[in-house]
Order: sequence, then structure tokens, then C-alpha cells
Amino acid sequence: MNNYFKVLRPGINSTFQDLGRFGLQHLGIVASGCMDQLTFCTSNKLVGNKISEGALEFAYQGPLIELIGETVLVAISGEVNFNIIKKNGETIKGNPNESFIISNEDKIDILSTINSVYGYFSIFGGFKIEEVKGSVSTLVRAKIGPNNGDKLKVNDKIFFNKSNQTDNLKKIQYNFDKDNIIRVMKGLQADYFSKKSQKDFFSKEYKVTKLTDRMGMRLEGQKLENLVNKNIKSEGITKGSIQIPGDGQPIILLSDHPTIGGYPKIANVITADYDKLVQKTPGTIINFKLVNLSVAENAFQDYVRKF
Amino acid sequence: MLKKITNIGDCGITCDFGDEVNKSTNKEVIKLFNFIQQSVNTRKLKGILNYTPSYNKLIINFELGQIKSQEIIEFIKSSDYSKINLPENKKIIEIPICYDEEFALDIKRLETKTKLNFKEIVSKHLETNFFVYMIGFVPGQPFLGDLNKGLYHDRLDTPRVKISKGSVGIVEKFCTIYTFESPGGWNIIGRTPFELFNINKKDTSILSPGDTVKFKSISKKEFGSFKNE
Repeated sequence: MNNYFKVLRPGINSTFQDLGRFGLQHLGIVASGCMDQLTFCTSNKLVGNKISEGALEFAYQGPLIELIGETVLVAISGEVNFNIIKKNGETIKGNPNESFIISNEDKIDILSTINSVYGYFSIFGGFKIEEVKGSVSTLVRAKIGPNNGDKLKVNDKIFFNKSNQTDNLKKIQYNFDKDNIIRVMKGLQADYFSKKSQKDFFSKEYKVTKLTDRMGMRLEGQKLENLVNKNIKSEGITKGSIQIPGDGQPIILLSDHPTIGGYPKIANVITADYDKLVQKTPGTIINFKLVNLSVAENAFQDYVRKF
Repeated sequence: MLKKITNIGDCGITCDFGDEVNKSTNKEVIKLFNFIQQSVNTRKLKGILNYTPSYNKLIINFELGQIKSQEIIEFIKSSDYSKINLPENKKIIEIPICYDEEFALDIKRLETKTKLNFKEIVSKHLETNFFVYMIGFVPGQPFLGDLNKGLYHDRLDTPRVKISKGSVGIVEKFCTIYTFESPGGWNIIGRTPFELFNINKKDTSILSPGDTVKFKSISKKEFGSFKNE
């Protein structure tokens, strides 16, 4: 029997992702990968996969999918509102962050993420998707990755590796970081900005705008004054870099960032706060807190303990 | 010369070779890039995720759970990589270009600005052996230099919303080839049918930093019938 999910509604931005495609940034290929690593790994843990197994990432509204095939063990992680619609029409409210079983012709309707952006869908045994250069991450802009490098589309079929295990149900206590303080380290060109602007950046509030996607997050707040040069010689970009283009409003470069760029960077988000950052919805007010390398490295130790 | 190494956040470092953008600085960058790549491939250096050379910098990203910036900095500082025999990128790649007016969107304006005629612009572009400074922004897009001085020109005041894949553009002393349809502000002087980037091939990008590019003029007819071998 051919087992697959039929995509009845693709959702806004549903893509396959894993932990990223590495070692190719010198050829212009960004790592991509899941936006929120902890939530991504959680969905794999819930179904007993290795934590790096490819999962389906969705943003805001997720897909509506119907299982065609044998009973399977699946999970949805994040803060997500979803329903399971049984074959007989009965609708059951789904619980995220615990694995569940669905059967032939059942549907999963991922309605929305709640006060957050990204959620993940995993299946025990993993999806049957093709690796491209060692990863199943999708970079839609360059059409790299499984599903021809594209977002889910209506009528797509999502195949998965067949497995018989369906009894290993798990639940993971899931705590989102609710605070809006994002810790950052000083950026390479922080001293391009006036003393006042450097102070403003680390003390004033910034609002997440709608111009936010997997590539970057545009913020709105106190305009930052560049005293040196609005452009720099293009240099390699690191995920979480906060660049300040000519208009003085920050853009945080996220997982699908361009590989090189020519705007000065005032700060870099520390690894431990990246997952928290990417889950902030437009309109959220965030504050940056300046920390040094050893604080960032210690925060990372606390962060990995959550996995 | 490697001038300084600075942290970029907690999972990156930048190796800075000074402010000059020229071949000799860039060759230093590429030498360290080759050394890091070799060290990663031979497992002398673990936990490295990406290494991205640009005109005058090499940025190295790593997995914080596996290695810390201090260890990488010490590794680089303690290595006399300038004496190590590294595989050099010195392929010479010939790239066909069609300068037909359908493709050379900005050549008329360049004629006025540079006071050169079409033929002179083309011959100055064709006579140059271009050095591949870096690749990136989007997959496979090369940044080449140095143009003949007579062709130096600023970026467009208003970037185009859409530039076709394969378009060849110039700005200041650099030349680029758009590997994807994208917005852009470079002065477009022609187009190549040559596919520089293909994720499904073993050699994903035909060019690597350090290679040499020589353009070869083709007619519109040859453009239409061109096939990547």
C-alpha cells in the first residue's frame, strides 16, 4: 500500500527543514534549516526520531492534510491550534507537543500557531524526501531542497518511510520563552554608529514589523545614526546579525539570509536567544540586551540542556 | 596579511585582512579559506559549519556545542599556513557572452558616460582576465575584477526590480553574473547562456573563489542554440 499525506491546503509557508545544509556558504548557499531548533527537535523527539530528522515546518497557518494509508504515529510541536478530523467526520481538538496516532483518511488541520510563528510536524520513521547536498532543508528563493525546493502546494503528496510502530506515545512539557529580551553581542561595525545611537539600540524598544520572513526580520524603532559609512565592503553574513541599512532601521538576518552583504552590523543575536527571537510575531516589542562572549557561551550551555 | 580576528556573535569569527580590495589581499583571504577547508576535510578542525571568503575577510561559522571561538583563533594563529602547499584555485573558465542590444540594457548609457563606443567597451571587457574575488549573495553569483579602468562606473541610481538570469553587470571595478532572476543595480552589458550554478550537479558552482574568467563574445544566434556541456 502506498502511504502518503494528501495536501488539501498547503498553509502559508510550509517547507521541509532539518538542521541545515552546511559547508557551501562560500558558493553562495546559505545553511537554511529550521527556524526554531528546539521546537523542531521536540517534534522529532515526540515520535522517537533522531532529532535531526527532516520535519515539516509551517508558519502561522499550517497545512490541512489527509492520510492515505496505514495508521501512523505523528506529532506537532510548538504552540499550535489544530484539529484531527476523523474519517467519520468527528473533529477532535489536537494537543501539540504530544505524539498521536492517525488512521487512513483521517485529516490533520493545522489552523494556526498561537502567539508564535513556527511549528513543526514530524512522523515516526521520517518523511520520504530527497537530500540535496546532505540536507533536506528547503531554500525556496533558490529552489534548493526536497519538493523541488518549493513550499507545499495544494494536491502535493507527502510520502513517508513506512513503519509499524504506533504505540510509543510521548508528551513533552513545553515552555516557550515568553519574555521579549533578546541578548546580543556587539557587531563588527557597532562603532560606525553615534554614541547616542549605540545607547538607544541597547535601551530603547523595537517593534517587529510585518516585513519578516525566513530571510530576515525588519524592526521599527529609534532611527540609528551612522557616522562612518552606510555601506561596507561586502562580507560574509552570520545568522542573527543585525544590520542597519541607510534608513537607520534594523534588519535581523535570519536562517535564509543572503550569504554576503554590504550593510554595517551593529550587533549579533546570541545562539541561546535565536529560537525565542524567530517566534516573535509582528507587532511584538523587543528589547536588546548587550552581553559579552562568556555570558553568551554560558547561556548556550543552559540552552542545550533543554534539548 | 591577516590583521585581526574578531568574534561575530558567539558562533562566528571574522579574519580581517585590511581595508584594501585588490587581488593580493583577496589571494591571502583565499589562502586561509583553502587552509580552513583542508583542515575541515582532514578533520584537523571540528565543528566548523561554514567558511565564507569575501574581498578582504574570511568569516568562519561553527557549532558552539563542538568548538569555541578561542580554539579556532588559536588554531589559525598557531598555523603557519602560508608555507603549506595548498591546492590553488586557478582554473581558467571561458564564459560566452552576447552583447546584443536586447541584453545589453545599459551599454548606450555607458557609451555616453565613458566616452567609448560600443566596440571599445566590448573589446575592453573581452580583453580582461577576470579574477573571481568571491561567490555569493545568492547561490553561485560570482564577483569578478578588475575591470579595465575606462569602464569604471557607478551603480544605477534606481535599481531594476527584475534582472534576467545570466545578465552580466558592471559596477566600479567589478563585474558580476546574475545566476538567478533578481533585483539589482548593476549596469547590464550583456547576457550569458552558460549555467554557472546547478545544485543537482556534483560541482554545484562552475566557479570558485580564486579562479580566472575570460569572456568570449557570441552572436544572438549562438546564444539561442547554446547548451552547457
